Amino acid sequence: MSKILWIALIALGLVAPFIVYPVFMMKLLCFALFASAFNLLLGYTGLLSFGHAAFFGGASYITGYLVKTSGLTPELGVLGGTLFAALLGYLVGSLAIRRQGIYFAMVTLALAQIVYFIALKAPFTGGEDGLQGIPRGNLFGIIDLGQTYSIGGNPVALNLYYFIFVLFCLGFWVIYRTINSPFGQVLKAIRENEPRAVSLGYKVERFKLMAFVISAALAGMAGSMKSLVFQLASLTDVSWHTSGEVVLMTLLGGVGTVLGPLVGAFTVVTLQSELSSVGSWITVIIGVTFVVCVLLFRRGFVGELGRLLKKSL
Amino acid sequence: MKNLFSKVALSVAVVAMTSGMAGAAAKGISDNVVKIGVLTDMSGVYSTLGGKGTQVGVEMAVKDFGGTVLGKPIQVIGADHQNKADIASAKAREWFDNEKVDMITGLLNSGCALAVQKLGGEKKRITMNTGAASTELTNKACTPYSIHYVYDTYALGKVTGQAVVQNGGKSWFFLTADYAFGHSLEENTTKFVKAGGGKILGSVRHPLSTADFSSYLLQAQSSGAQIIGLANAGGDTTNAIKQAREFGIDKKGQTLVGLLIFDTDIKSLGLKVAQGMQFTSGFYWDRDKATRDFAKRFFAIHKAMPTMDQAGAYSATMNYLKAIKAAGTDDPDEVMAKLKSMDISDFFAVNGKIRADGRMVHDMYLMEVKKPADSKGEWDLLKIVKTVSPAEAFMPLSESTCSQVKK
Repeated sequence: MSKILWIALIALGLVAPFIVYPVFMMKLLCFALFASAFNLLLGYTGLLSFGHAAFFGGASYITGYLVKTSGLTPELGVLGGTLFAALLGYLVGSLAIRRQGIYFAMVTLALAQIVYFIALKAPFTGGEDGLQGIPRGNLFGIIDLGQTYSIGGNPVALNLYYFIFVLFCLGFWVIYRTINSPFGQVLKAIRENEPRAVSLGYKVERFKLMAFVISAALAGMAGSMKSLVFQLASLTDVSWHTSGEVVLMTLLGGVGTVLGPLVGAFTVVTLQSELSSVGSWITVIIGVTFVVCVLLFRRGFVGELGRLLKKSL
Repeated sequence: MKNLFSKVALSVAVVAMTSGMAGAAAKGISDNVVKIGVLTDMSGVYSTLGGKGTQVGVEMAVKDFGGTVLGKPIQVIGADHQNKADIASAKAREWFDNEKVDMITGLLNSGCALAVQKLGGEKKRITMNTGAASTELTNKACTPYSIHYVYDTYALGKVTGQAVVQNGGKSWFFLTADYAFGHSLEENTTKFVKAGGGKILGSVRHPLSTADFSSYLLQAQSSGAQIIGLANAGGDTTNAIKQAREFGIDKKGQTLVGLLIFDTDIKSLGLKVAQGMQFTSGFYWDRDKATRDFAKRFFAIHKAMPTMDQAGAYSATMNYLKAIKAAGTDDPDEVMAKLKSMDISDFFAVNGKIRADGRMVHDMYLMEVKKPADSKGEWDLLKIVKTVSPAEAFMPLSESTCSQVKK
């Protein structure tokens, strides 16, 4: 893809906190990374996990706990959350990849529900109240992430924003590199025709597990970022709704495209926030949007755009 | 001439400054508007007892106050937190950062209230909690800017618990909503049941907004306790009571005691099912002329009588605006100082006072549900058995672990 597009996107990310409400922008980035990580699995390996909330939410609890109770600095908290998600991904993945299709989805969902139950009952998670009041702390022990600067009369946590933005770029870069590597080529081969990949001599199981762990780790990183932004880790993050939402984001944006999950996450999160005043109708509206999108452009926003431009985006 | 005029103006200004009056007035109203946010459950199990009705209460108060304070307009905005702490905290953050909201009220659901109150403390904005019940709000989690206005689990547990134990209900089993509020209510009630010589045979916890209570009720039944204490609220309480009646639990010698019940719950249960139940409330619409007058006006808008949360939101808003007027500014520190020093007295609060820990103490009432034969109208549901003075009902300030209490 053209360099100019990337530079424009990064520049947009850098100036965003001056234009839109930064907390909202950070939320967008968290979900965009989450959806991108999920897309690595669904779009490039052809595995539909229905339990990704376990990694997203699980890591947010771990980060919250590390930062709040153990007093670690935020970057170590995020690292801890990401490692936890990778480990959990390894455990869930090694069980789930033994099955295919709907059974794979059911195994991931079942294991994610166990994580949900632990989050509900474990003493440190705060049950229904969630883990509240997570401090933002000092980055590397020096830079205060909670510090705000007044921009147009509104307090803006610029330090935190750029920290989150850098993490997002890092995560996104890892995904991009994975897709465009020989390893990624093998993943795509598995997606297209698994028996053929086996017959070519690839140890398919190992590739799938690796992809699963990377995806889980990055989903966890997104969750860790979210817990720092909202200073809260709650049951919503680990519930199966969140697992469903990330499927929705990825499909809406365009499965198997690099930019699709970003667009999908931005669309869903923006809809949710703009429509929050209409109350319970919000689910209906998002549902209708989804149906219309599936009927009119099956490849998602970015997928259809790519088809029109005859380019892979 | 012009020179003389400016000299006079200057000296007047200096006098005004030094006299101290202008010190406060200079701060005035921030952002030229006083904005009040109503953040509560507008669609879930608590929406009937709070929800839109709470916003109606706040809007009535603003209208009665005249729509402006210190010459600046007052605005009211509302949102649904869906009983999720993360949504509540995100919305409150957006309100504080971008919408210039000065005060948030409502806040039903203790989990949400704790999250928003903490944020209010960090951002130096006032939270006047009329909906949530957990005593943690005025203890460990209190902030210099938090007020807990209507009731709490200590008062509910103490007044109801003592009354039931005195009437012979010595052995208890709890059905508890599994979050901050339920835990706190169970803990506080347990304390007073034990102090009165009763004993606790066990408890079971259910998730918020449970539709099927059968397995919990069976456990309660097999415990053999005389009293099944319902440490939950709203739709959960009414569901549990209805299903218990279907099981015939009450006919087998066990009594259900709702620890937090609102008028709207009784209305949905019906007098036939609910008659004879005793519980604690901070407000009843049919107490005296002033409450009836308010209730009638409220009914005309909302088509239901006000619950203690809804009437409390009116009173909280009214007193907040009065405090702004008296302080001459909406600066949170000065408004809080004013609120904590003035007497809170209106149709809602009798003997009201806001303490250092943010607890608004006032008369509480032990209520009893009327028999269908005694009811004279659709909303003639309850009678006041006993009025409980603030000192008897609420946790003494000396026991509070709030950091704002000087010891």
